[in-house]
Amino acid sequence: MIRLEQLCKRYQLGDEPVQALDHVDLNITAGEYLSVMGPSGSGKSTLLNMLGLLDTPDSGHYWLNDTDMTTLDEEARAAERNCRIGFVFQAYHLIDRLSARENIELPLVLTGTPPAQRHLKVNELLQRLGLDRHADHRPNQLSGGQRQRVAIARAVIRKPALLLADEPTGNLDSHSGQDVIELLEELNSEGITLVMVTHDANMGRRARRRLWMQDGKLLKDEQDAQP
Amino acid sequence: MRSPDLLRFNLRLLTGQWFRTLMTLLATAVGVAAVLLLTGMGEGARRFVLEEFNLLGNDVLIVLPGRKETTGGIPPLTGEGTRDLTLGDAEALLGLPGVRAVAPLVVGLTQVEGGGRNRELVVVGTSVELFHIRQLYVSQGRLLPETPLDQAEPVCMIGPEVRRSLFDQQPVLGRWLRTGDRRCRIIGVLEDRGVSLGTDMNDTVIIPVASAQQLFNTEGLFRLFVQVQHLELLDSVKEEVLELIQRRHQGERDVTLITQDSLLGVFDDVLKLLTLAVGAIAAISLVVAGILIMNITLISVSQRTSEIGLLKALGASERQVHRLFLSEALIMTLIGAFTGVVAGYALLWTGHWLWPQFPVSVPLWALIGAVLLAIGVALLFAWLPARKAARVPPVLALKGISDAHR
Ligand SMILES: Nc1ncnc2c1ncn2[C@@H]1O[C@H](COP(=O)(O)OP(=O)(O)OP(=O)(O)O)[C@@H](O)[C@H]1O
Ligand SMILES: [Mg+2]
Repeated sequence: MIRLEQLCKRYQLGDEPVQALDHVDLNITAGEYLSVMGPSGSGKSTLLNMLGLLDTPDSGHYWLNDTDMTTLDEEARAAERNCRIGFVFQAYHLIDRLSARENIELPLVLTGTPPAQRHLKVNELLQRLGLDRHADHRPNQLSGGQRQRVAIARAVIRKPALLLADEPTGNLDSHSGQDVIELLEELNSEGITLVMVTHDANMGRRARRRLWMQDGKLLKDEQDAQP
Repeated sequence: MRSPDLLRFNLRLLTGQWFRTLMTLLATAVGVAAVLLLTGMGEGARRFVLEEFNLLGNDVLIVLPGRKETTGGIPPLTGEGTRDLTLGDAEALLGLPGVRAVAPLVVGLTQVEGGGRNRELVVVGTSVELFHIRQLYVSQGRLLPETPLDQAEPVCMIGPEVRRSLFDQQPVLGRWLRTGDRRCRIIGVLEDRGVSLGTDMNDTVIIPVASAQQLFNTEGLFRLFVQVQHLELLDSVKEEVLELIQRRHQGERDVTLITQDSLLGVFDDVLKLLTLAVGAIAAISLVVAGILIMNITLISVSQRTSEIGLLKALGASERQVHRLFLSEALIMTLIGAFTGVVAGYALLWTGHWLWPQFPVSVPLWALIGAVLLAIGVALLFAWLPARKAARVPPVLALKGISDAHR
């Protein structure tokens, strides 16, 4: 489903160039569960942003479902993001003035889905994630775990094929972190491809396939035997 | 994004920052209200003037002695100058077909004495027809007698201001007034008509035309009013008048004809221009409002960088983000413009209520122009900040907040 070929990204930090991604080759098949680990500044987030089409590589190729993403313009990339990719961030990135329900339906609003249809889909998800009682609450009335659940609901409302999570438990205590991971894994078991950046080795070990990065390079690529 | 969703999204945003919204609304509202108010007053002044002149009626020709046209090069330098308009001319004009009434006018300044006081006043010599033509009425007594034009009579009518200044509250009918070296008896007092921009009849003494000719020792008339029987006859009567004058003045068409329309045309143009000018000045305040909107949008963009990043991550295209910020400014402006229109009309009507004689009406072009300008300025000034927002790369936008959290 995903094929990266010699992907490079270089940032200019002051006078010094930083090679955030250094000729990365990577194949991901649909339904996989990957964790990405590595020291701070090793390029994990950069890799995730590339996969999520939030950033453009300097060189190399990125095929998503056999389309070369590096040839698309910003409009087309936005459309791809909307229908194929879901993001979960460490900082939730919920809009404070909107209720949980309104946050979740945002991707549908952007594509112009009629309200009745939106309502149905959001209700379904709210129920499933145990958030029905919080539908009309603002993010600041929710706990961290609940917020991340809302963010996950927003990420999967369009039923994307790829779910990208950048340290989804980074701001959470271990208990709600566990909850969130289990939710993500549950979604993965239903077929969504999950790529998760984490600092927590225990969390990382849960994934069937684990990537280690350092200085923009893929250091290690471990895979459990398929059960 | 569907329009109702866009609207709801923006309204959330605006009500969330109500103080900022209120200030921007106010700026636009003040601008729009100022345009409406000033043009409304300009238009009011124009109408006021037009209504004043309208009392003359548009079926009236004014005949002035002397040719004042600028069509034919150098005016005739034939020594004697122009011939006077006389009462004979007036009577001859009355004989023309299509003419309903003719009123001569002789005007002069003289010392007037009455009630033991002395004032220098405008004395108007005319006939009773003038009152019909100019729609003047008496508040006491009666109009000038219907005597032949060339018959002097020792009677006079006075304006309400003359009555006040000479006689205070005392009864005046039947009392004597001395105008120059002759005396006349007061037979009527004119109705108070306020200041009329034509001639201020409130502060004049009116006597029969023949008396005035004797008083000022002149044969010539100041002017003649000719009322036609039908409005459609105006043009043909004009020509007949000129021909008649030519016959009577040894082949010279040495008079100038003025119709109310031609007179008003000039005033109308000047006042319209004036209204336009004050409207334009007021419009500057709308541009100021536009600059405020630009600042507000800029602030909004930098405050919401991470939100922009998020929206982009969720699949919002550059065009959508651009539209989002433009519509925010637009909605604010529309509400502001609406408030301004309401406030502008409210002020104008309050003014009208305080001074009922002053007509209020906002010209349609000013109303539409103010609203369109407000919208145009908002779009123009919000365009750049909105584009700036749209161009933010999604990673950077998201970083804005995720970095701050560490
Ligand atoms: N927008 C940017 N401008 C300049 N340098 C950047 C930018 N984004 C990332 N970098 C640099 O690229 C390198 C990789 O950054 P990245 O965010 O991918 O690291 P990371 O592995 O996610 O680190 P962390 O674990 O701290 O999140 C870092 O050295 C970082 O300073
Ligand atoms: Mg990172």
